[in-house]
Amino acid sequence: MILLDLLKESSFSLRSNKSRSFLTILGIVIGIGSVIAMISVGQGVTKNIKDNIQSLGTNLLVISPGSTQGTVRGGMGSAETLTIDDAEAIADNISNIATVAPLATSKQQLVYKKENTNASIYGIDGNYLIIKNIEIETGQIIGEANVKLASKVAILGSGVKESLFGDDVDILGKKIRLGDQQFTIIGVAKEQGGSEMSSLDDSVYIPISTAQQYLTGNNSVSSINVEVTEEELMDKVETEIETLLLSRHNIVNSEEADFSIMNQGDILDTMSSVSSTLTLLLASIAGISLVVGGIGIMNMMLTVVTERTREIGLRKSLGAKNKDISGQFLVEAIILTFLGGIIGILLGILVSTLIGKFSSITTSITSWSIFLSFGISVLIGIVFGYYPAKRASRLDPIEALRYE
Amino acid sequence: MINCKDITKIYKTGEIESKVLKEVSLNIKKGEFLAIMGPSGSGKSTLMHILGALDRPTSGEYYLSGKNMLELSDDKLAEIRSQKIGFVFQSFNLLPRSTVLRNVMMPLIYDSNTPVQEREKKAEKALIRSGLDKNRWHHLSNQLSGGQKQRVAIARALVNNPSLILADEPTGNLDSKTGEIVLNTFKKLNREEGHTIILITHEKYVAEHADRIVQIKDGVIYSDKDVDKSILKNK
Repeated sequence: MILLDLLKESSFSLRSNKSRSFLTILGIVIGIGSVIAMISVGQGVTKNIKDNIQSLGTNLLVISPGSTQGTVRGGMGSAETLTIDDAEAIADNISNIATVAPLATSKQQLVYKKENTNASIYGIDGNYLIIKNIEIETGQIIGEANVKLASKVAILGSGVKESLFGDDVDILGKKIRLGDQQFTIIGVAKEQGGSEMSSLDDSVYIPISTAQQYLTGNNSVSSINVEVTEEELMDKVETEIETLLLSRHNIVNSEEADFSIMNQGDILDTMSSVSSTLTLLLASIAGISLVVGGIGIMNMMLTVVTERTREIGLRKSLGAKNKDISGQFLVEAIILTFLGGIIGILLGILVSTLIGKFSSITTSITSWSIFLSFGISVLIGIVFGYYPAKRASRLDPIEALRYE
Repeated sequence: MINCKDITKIYKTGEIESKVLKEVSLNIKKGEFLAIMGPSGSGKSTLMHILGALDRPTSGEYYLSGKNMLELSDDKLAEIRSQKIGFVFQSFNLLPRSTVLRNVMMPLIYDSNTPVQEREKKAEKALIRSGLDKNRWHHLSNQLSGGQKQRVAIARALVNNPSLILADEPTGNLDSKTGEIVLNTFKKLNREEGHTIILITHEKYVAEHADRIVQIKDGVIYSDKDVDKSILKNK
């Protein structure tokens, strides 16, 4: 029996019972569809996180005060072991560094006339906005002079500007109250986007010297951002900074360090591994429905074998070999899952497009997920079609012909 | 053409053994038109299944065209069924939602010796020989009358030009008039084309269409006579 005949015979019997064939593949359709949709959600989230981290700046090392060792540790930036002098020492002593930007943060209420909002106050120097890829919409950036003079000027994040001034464009030069000080607005940052939880748009940037003098009241900084010239040098620079700071802080044992260094690459790796686990989890939940769909196929094929017992007997009496019979039923199962796979892929693409359009979740369809689920669906046809096909081929032709 | 010696068939259902055929010996020459006659339960169907290579005897010898059938594998037996044997069943056994032509062509898809492009031609030839009206060839088989269905079944049995045609109660589901037509078709195939035909039946008037009647009862052949045609004509 040639393959073309197998395909013809199989598709003929499937077509002669269209509605049942369709209901049977529905399980596979839903299974494949949800695998594709779930993977696309997982991939979208992964991509989102990666983009977010990368938008914070590339080749970035972030030095935070406080120890990473020990069971009890303060919140990030709560210790006061890093100072402006540390930042200057790094800039002076270590090569392969593009910029060093210390940061002093604080949470404050902002007041303009009757409007008020809470915002993260970032005390920065001239380099910070460059390192973080933050661009200015209108006005100017905080310059060396502002830092030196500890001038009371501020750049508003777009979110802050929105809540204090609404759509008002002409806000440069207006004064807002921050704590008990009046600050002059010199610029507005461009919208950064990013996730809603940690939006940089709800920030206000002021000179670091001003922040230390009026808000935090001491010389410490909450982090030092170091941009390394090349990605390959990240590890080397990280070690050098560690050695320098240990000696500056008179610490011999590196495990007792009163600061920690975070590597942008490490964060990226950690986040990606978290989100791939998430993707895998989503995909395997969807995969369960695929298995259920496969069992549906097996169930229907077993019913069909029983229903067509006489036909099997007839075919055998006309010269069909066992492998012709098992081949026909196997091909029927594979055609079912094959069709189910194709419709499922279309459904999955549709669903993930809809998710992407109507919710805040970004989705991203990858070709490997399509090939994977397609392969899986055909495999399911083989696995779950095999047993019914074997059963059909083992039928005794005489018994089968007698079957009523 | 057919040589059977001491064929015994035992069926086992759980602990109970039943001997359906008891040392049956039968020789059939090429071109014979033979009826195997017997009441139900006599073992005639089992004998037909064995002769048609659908079943194997428990013991004994069976040579078809000189080939020892008991030594062949399942696949070889299937091949012999597809090339040398044609079956006609009491209940026609056509695929209901298929056209007549498709039904007739079915044995050919299991025969690797027939090229795909020759199938339709062979099927048309067989349909002409079985005497089915040409305007029925593209009908679905479940739209046909009983007599027409049996003609399709005969065409299907003929399509691969088998040397042996086995017909199991071919008139059982037909009225006597259509039954007569079908039996005459067999007779014609035997007389004009020289097919060896074995007719299995329990009705005497059906069996008398053949040239030789073998009677079987309780698994034993008790009578093997040629039909005296002169008596028939005088009736």
